[in-house]
Amino acid sequence: MFGGRRAKAKERAAAAAAARSERYQIQVRGIRKDFGEHHILRGIDLDIERGHINVIVGGSGAGKSVTMKHLIGLIKPDEGQILVDGEDIVPMDDFALNEVRTKFGMLFQYAALFDSMTVEENVLFPLMEHQRRSKSLAEMKEIVTEKLHSLGLFNIEKKYPSELSGGMRKRVGLARAIVMEPEILFYDEPTTGLDPIATKNVDEMIQEISEKFNVTSVVISHDMASTFRIAHRVSMLYKGQIIATGPPKEILKNPPDPLREFLVTSGTVELPPAGEDD
Amino acid sequence: MSGRVIQSLADGIDRAVSAPLRFLQVLGEMLMLLGQATLWGLRPPYRVGLVVQQMEFIGVGSLSIIILVSVFTGGVFGLQSVEAFRTFQADGFVGMAVSLTLTREIAPVIGALMVAGRAGSAMATELGSMRISEQIDAMATLAVNPIQYLVVPRLIAATVMMPVLTMVFDLCGITGAYMFVVGVQGVDPGPFIHNIRWFTDSSDLLMGLIKAVAFGLMVALVGCHQGYNTSGGARGVGLATMRTVVICSVSILIIDFIMTDILISLGM
Ligand SMILES: Nc1ncnc2c1ncn2[C@@H]1O[C@H](COP(=O)(O)OP(=O)(O)O)[C@@H](O)[C@H]1O
Ligand SMILES: [Mg+2]
Repeated sequence: MFGGRRAKAKERAAAAAAARSERYQIQVRGIRKDFGEHHILRGIDLDIERGHINVIVGGSGAGKSVTMKHLIGLIKPDEGQILVDGEDIVPMDDFALNEVRTKFGMLFQYAALFDSMTVEENVLFPLMEHQRRSKSLAEMKEIVTEKLHSLGLFNIEKKYPSELSGGMRKRVGLARAIVMEPEILFYDEPTTGLDPIATKNVDEMIQEISEKFNVTSVVISHDMASTFRIAHRVSMLYKGQIIATGPPKEILKNPPDPLREFLVTSGTVELPPAGEDD
Repeated sequence: MSGRVIQSLADGIDRAVSAPLRFLQVLGEMLMLLGQATLWGLRPPYRVGLVVQQMEFIGVGSLSIIILVSVFTGGVFGLQSVEAFRTFQADGFVGMAVSLTLTREIAPVIGALMVAGRAGSAMATELGSMRISEQIDAMATLAVNPIQYLVVPRLIAATVMMPVLTMVFDLCGITGAYMFVVGVQGVDPGPFIHNIRWFTDSSDLLMGLIKAVAFGLMVALVGCHQGYNTSGGARGVGLATMRTVVICSVSILIIDFIMTDILISLGM
């Protein structure tokens, strides 16, 4: 039984090596997902560029969070493939997924801090789970404090999440997401609900983390200004499909109608009138 | 008009068919969860600290309510028995009647109902709010399996603590009966105790404890399943909690009936 398992793992590794792409860390192929009668995702194709900031935009309820949860394996698609470093995570069981997830860090839309734990315990959690053998508690606590400081959070270690403001909670969530120094960071609407200055701070934080640790970032946003400020690659999700994808400049040259509407309504990006090309 | 009749007829049939189907589906889901919990429970790391924490919550936390309820249950049971047994001048057998029914039946059943209301519902609420605030997703993303971290310790703790609480119930229930029957009604304590020892043996105790193990596991499994699969915001958490109490209460009585039948036919 174990022999079969190991052989299968080997096979999988070989297949993954063959399918691995230097440029794209995650490749999504034809993901479909229904919730009951609702067709939420209708064939998503999406490439996530290694070491870059990839932003997914779309209206609320478009399925952005659902798409992101597929990338982490929290939701299984009805159809399609999701290759992470060439390895398809769709058929994986929980044990195999747990392995892959050590590459991931995620900042949830509402931070999703463990509310029964203090700030310190929250950020300590992944370290305690995965590095207890190699590090002492004192060392781990030092890492936690350092991460909190680097995000501008001081003297809140003993506080509970309910005692923090929304912006602070998000930063603690970010500290927890990066404390294991993941290869891929997911951000679900990191700036929603923040004031313009906090938004700018978070944008800078995403950029800084992306550069400093050379991580692949996947950001969900419906803030157009911030998107075009930080993105290396933009993908628009509309009615369950990716209708445009590419570097921001390319996309702006000839945006599809839903994106054009988005841009114009938010008034953040100057656009040539529809129909004219330059 | 006839269209509407047919429609409502169809709805009725739909509902009649879907209730048992839904029941089977939930049962299947719970067994799946139990299977996953077993697999993850066998894999290191073994989270002893979390199990102890849950044992404390379920066991120590339920202790006072179990003591309170058992003393009065035993007491009232004793009083009623004195009335009945006096008719035959057999009030020396009250102790026996109380201890037999308590150990075999009352203690595991009422104990489990109490634990379902207190700990089972708390499990549903806690896991439910963790689910809707995405804390369970966050845990999985941090490469920690939520079933291993959240569900396994609760199942183990409830399965272990339920028999312990049942024994406490036995003891306090009989003490309560003694207090009211001997102390208040003035029944002779000699035969009361002698007949308990003479007629209640280890197989009676064991029958209660076997039931308690099953109830403990069932209560935790229902609470965890409802909480783990919560959806639909705060309302969903409320529904999960309510369902846990209802499903547990009904199941405890049904399972009790089935187990009693089986255990008696096995000679207990
Ligand atoms: N677990 C679920 N069960 C049923 N429907 C869901 C679930 N998760 C999301 N949905 C639905 O899918 C749609 C997209 O949700 P989501 O991805 O959260 O949108 P957004 O783009 O705003 O992040 C919504 O209509 C939502 O109601
Ligand atoms: Mg969302």
